Amino acid sequence: MADSSAVKELTRFGSTQRRDAWWIEIIPALVIFSAFIIYATWRAFEGKFYEVGPYLSPFYSPLIDPEHHWWRFSPAILILGGPAGFRVTCYYYRKAYYRAFVMHPPSCAVSEGEHRGYRGEASFPLILQNVHRYFFFIVAVFLCFLWYDAVVAFKFPEGFGIGVGSVIMLVNVLFLTTYSASCHSLRHLVGGKVDCFSCVTLGAPRHSAWRFVTILNEHHMLWAWLSLFSVALTDLYIRLVASGVLKDIRLL
Amino acid sequence: MAEVTLRVFRGDRDGGKAVDYQVPLTEGMVVLDAIHSIQAHQAPDLAVRWNCKAAKCGSCSAEVNGRPSLMCKTRMDALPHDQPITVYPMKSFPVIKDLATDVSWNYRVNKKIPPFQPRPGVEWKMDQRDVDRVQEFRKCIECFLCQDVCHVLRDHDKKQQFGGPRFFVRSAGLEMHPLDGASRTRMLKEELGIGFCNITKCCTEVCPEEIHITDNAIIPLKERVVDEFYDPVAMIVRKIFGAK
Ligand code: SF4
Ligand code: SF4
Ligand code: FES
Ligand code: FES
Repeated sequence: MADSSAVKELTRFGSTQRRDAWWIEIIPALVIFSAFIIYATWRAFEGKFYEVGPYLSPFYSPLIDPEHHWWRFSPAILILGGPAGFRVTCYYYRKAYYRAFVMHPPSCAVSEGEHRGYRGEASFPLILQNVHRYFFFIVAVFLCFLWYDAVVAFKFPEGFGIGVGSVIMLVNVLFLTTYSASCHSLRHLVGGKVDCFSCVTLGAPRHSAWRFVTILNEHHMLWAWLSLFSVALTDLYIRLVASGVLKDIRLL
Repeated sequence: MAEVTLRVFRGDRDGGKAVDYQVPLTEGMVVLDAIHSIQAHQAPDLAVRWNCKAAKCGSCSAEVNGRPSLMCKTRMDALPHDQPITVYPMKSFPVIKDLATDVSWNYRVNKKIPPFQPRPGVEWKMDQRDVDRVQEFRKCIECFLCQDVCHVLRDHDKKQQFGGPRFFVRSAGLEMHPLDGASRTRMLKEELGIGFCNITKCCTEVCPEEIHITDNAIIPLKERVVDEFYDPVAMIVRKIFGAK
């Protein structure tokens, strides 16, 4: 540990002089992420109840080989890697799971114990987190499909209509888009890398784009949570309707 | 007059112990006032560093009830009085005496950072929107609370390989400066070890100047390091177009 002579006893894992309930901060992340991972894995492997009427579950979009011509398993497995990789390498989620799951550190000024071998993201495997920007591009393609699905969700056999599912799918894609558009890597790519906006070509639009992403980015954590809930609840709703537990209510 | 107990570390490099002092509470009192009261009436040899008492000089950093804080900015009425209030020196640095720590390692790290170097032939004129971003980094008062709380230094003592959040803030201020021409990305990766930071944001949580250290300095710098060292496409684009 660091060389203070004052607090030698604070080297044990979890030791701290803080008097507040610091562990409360990590419990929501621990519980909700675990629940999401279990639910999403189960749903991805389930391979049914993902489509009903004009609605398609976001876990299964884009839908590849649903008739199982060449892929025997659930079609979700084929596409899962894109959105999962995006979230796993997201700067916000990294913070959340480094704290809640690996406890590096469990909370600020709470000891994680001394590990001489700590390398953070400086070497394998966590150095791979640097791939995040590529996942952004992959997810941008996914978003096009999800927008298409959200539009199609308003198209019923007799023409335009609005069901509870249509609204849920629209809200979901809005949250997913805002989450993706507030990404730190995008913020860098659209203008963050520029030092002098007034010196480069297209400086003004790049500055505006950077400002816009920055405003969204200030609430990146919020978008991360909202989109996590929305994507799980959208899937859950479609599953319940598709399996006959719920009936989709038509609003129009 | 109501009294409150302060449990203050008394000792030096070789060790020490916590000593309890009863201090009369006055209106608007901050922890530094309480420490001064102890110095004035009970322990004239209590060592504490301070200068401005206005949260601007960055001298009075300590750990109050386990939280890295400026003593002059921490109000007594914001702390619970049912138990003694602990006041300890910063954990990440060696104690000189009582609450004064030896922060000289930070000055050595600072020397590794290439200073501002204007681009050759640059016109000394800056657009407001270009300086707005780096302005935030100039607010740093070098209190080193972010260095104290950062687990890479606090728990893992990586002082040889890691520069710490304060110096990512300084590097960001130079690296994003519209007139600067030097590149510090290799230094950030290799000498300041930015990869050791796992963006867990404790530095941001304690910064008394409310600098968004992680979001505005560290993550953008990490992205610049990716451009230079880990992104094959960016590397090829740079090779072909010579663009930054
Ligand atoms: S975000 Fe990085 S620099 Fe800041 S405290 Fe955490 S590990 Fe240290
Ligand atoms: S960045 Fe903030 S916490 Fe760190 S030294 Fe500067 S003012 Fe203090
Ligand atoms: S940083 Fe969170 S999505 Fe990119
Ligand atoms: S005395 Fe100057 S910051 Fe506290």
